[in-house]
Amino acid sequence: MVRKITIEPVTRVEGHGKVTIHLDENGKVAQARFHVVEFRGFERFVQGRPYWEIPVLVQRLCGICPVSHHLAGAKAMDVIVGVGPGKLTPTAEKIRRLMHYGQILQSHSLHFFHLASPDLLFGFDADPAIRNIIGLAKSNKELAVHGVILRKFGQEIIKATAGKKIHGTGAIPGGVNKSLTSEERDYFLKSPAPFNVDTMIEWAQQAIELFKKIHRENRQVIDNFAHFPSNHLSLVRKDGALDFYHGVLRAVDADGRKILNDVDYQDYLEYIAEEVRPWSYMKFPYLKKLGKEKGWYRVGPLARLNTCDYIPSPRAQKEFEEYKAYTDGKPNNRTLHSHWARLIEILHAAEVIKELLLDPDITGGKLVKKGRKKHEGVGLLEAPRGTLFHHYRINDDDQVIMANLIVSTTNNNEAYNQAVKYVAEEFISGKPEITEGMLNRVEVAIRAYDPCLSCATHAVGQMPLEVDLYDSKGQLIDRKRK
Amino acid sequence: MPDKIKFTIDGKDCYAEPGQTIYEAAKANGVFIPVLCHYEGLKPVGSCRICSVRANGRWMTSCTQPVTNGMVIENATPEVEAYRKAIIEMLFVEGNHFCPTCEKSGNCELQALAYRYQIMVPQFPYLFPKREIEAFPGFLLEHNRCIQCQRCVRAIQTEDGQKIFALKNRSKDLRINVDLKLAARMTEKEVQKAMDICPVGAILKKEVGFRIPIGKRKYDQKPIGSEVEENK
Repeated sequence: MVRKITIEPVTRVEGHGKVTIHLDENGKVAQARFHVVEFRGFERFVQGRPYWEIPVLVQRLCGICPVSHHLAGAKAMDVIVGVGPGKLTPTAEKIRRLMHYGQILQSHSLHFFHLASPDLLFGFDADPAIRNIIGLAKSNKELAVHGVILRKFGQEIIKATAGKKIHGTGAIPGGVNKSLTSEERDYFLKSPAPFNVDTMIEWAQQAIELFKKIHRENRQVIDNFAHFPSNHLSLVRKDGALDFYHGVLRAVDADGRKILNDVDYQDYLEYIAEEVRPWSYMKFPYLKKLGKEKGWYRVGPLARLNTCDYIPSPRAQKEFEEYKAYTDGKPNNRTLHSHWARLIEILHAAEVIKELLLDPDITGGKLVKKGRKKHEGVGLLEAPRGTLFHHYRINDDDQVIMANLIVSTTNNNEAYNQAVKYVAEEFISGKPEITEGMLNRVEVAIRAYDPCLSCATHAVGQMPLEVDLYDSKGQLIDRKRK
Repeated sequence: MPDKIKFTIDGKDCYAEPGQTIYEAAKANGVFIPVLCHYEGLKPVGSCRICSVRANGRWMTSCTQPVTNGMVIENATPEVEAYRKAIIEMLFVEGNHFCPTCEKSGNCELQALAYRYQIMVPQFPYLFPKREIEAFPGFLLEHNRCIQCQRCVRAIQTEDGQKIFALKNRSKDLRINVDLKLAARMTEKEVQKAMDICPVGAILKKEVGFRIPIGKRKYDQKPIGSEVEENK
């Protein structure tokens, strides 16, 4: 009997998506797809708005990492007001970086501690009733507290730089509207433990140690789960260092060969195109040079640590060296190593936050610059989930006439589908009974990329899991809910 | 105080100078009456009706009505407050007011009044009118947010007294119209004045949005009217 399994919505991810797995008469996987079933259409309704409204408007795409959209929009608008990359005042540049690294810290912490760690700590087959953040808080209170406070620390950094923890207004075309007061700076540097940056660095380090311990104990699973070759893309600093805020576009293939060699992202359309497939609202980007079939790539922590040459902060660099040594310096294509990479990035973000807080420019007064206006601008940065593209054109009246957004989750679209296919073939194909644990494995594979579906097509919703079984005539024969 | 006019607002004894309007006299006595179309220094027109009070039992707009001796004014009564709340709600549903992305947010008098009157969801259905943004050399006119208070019409004029903003059409089609030639000659200072005098985010000086950080905006710390009430 041909069967179709639907996992809808996928749980413990941001936003609303579903998975369908078609089984043939022998119970083998015939097709496995990850669908994004929402649509919001920001690219259309920003048209007509004044360009200086964009950084504040587009961040409403999402409440999880609005700072990424806020800053990518602002970076595009910097180009439009003639103060493109590298031309902001030192204070504006560093305040924006501080905001962004605070965002990386809070978003990554939310993902690892609240969403992903229950799978790693309790196992994929554990009772769903305990395989969640509440279960984590009951069994390992200290770890849960670390997760909550790390996230809070990042959120407070965002509030200090953007005015609000969610949907602030700090970045404006050509600069920022505030810097830090010395009191705000000292709050993060000198508050009694645990709420200071040194404690955050220590806790980030401890989280990496925890992952390495889990890895040692479950090497087989973590190394081989959804391990598939792919290209990887991210921004890197001009000298090849990891940089979340600004840089050049670099892509490497599964063996580490450069397939996009540090190009200026203002020209991204020369290198990247998007494919539409009829069964998902989310597009499929690919590298033009390699075509639709072979040009897909991964973005995010795994990709970033594959493309960059080094990490410009001492403790994260030490961890990076160990991480790279594990794959003999070659790109890491193991899906679950995304968590390892993400934790190294948390450590790096905390270290950079400290470095920025100690920089006198952070309390400076020169906030905004203005140059010669242009009609088009592209803003790119590395959002927590990966490379984020914002591209706008304006008319002579300062109104937006075109917007193109390629968000991180969209960049990873093919990777989700590959991961789902891999897991379905590995764990579901040919099995006589479909268990909740098997289906959770599909979600674990998606979850490793921390997709933000509200961002990619844009909505939020509850996340119960529902599985429908259909016979070959499309009749519903069984339904299970958790 | 022989020359003073004695009157009451919600039972409180108040005093006014002869010729003061109810609004002016209330303000001088530390009593807040909301206004939208009225602006200090402009001739009052009483068009938005939000400053309405009951004076000696009759509805009157406090920005236009002079106070008289012995006048009994009902201002913060449930009936008057419900009437004002309904007006604010009608202003919201009749336009397209999206505060989260409006650069006037935090400095907007309509938004501040909505907060003061704790408006969560309007009692009237949204009309979602289809309106345009008009562009001029120094500013944008965002018709979606305009409440037709006419402050700009009265306040912004050329040195020889020519009006730059005017009304066109009637009733629900009433719109602010701009003299293209005169608008093109407006200085940055005049555009800023027009933007500042607008109680909502309808007049937007180009290129300067969101310069004031959250926390420093006019109504971030204290609700609208508190500056009057602190003078009790």
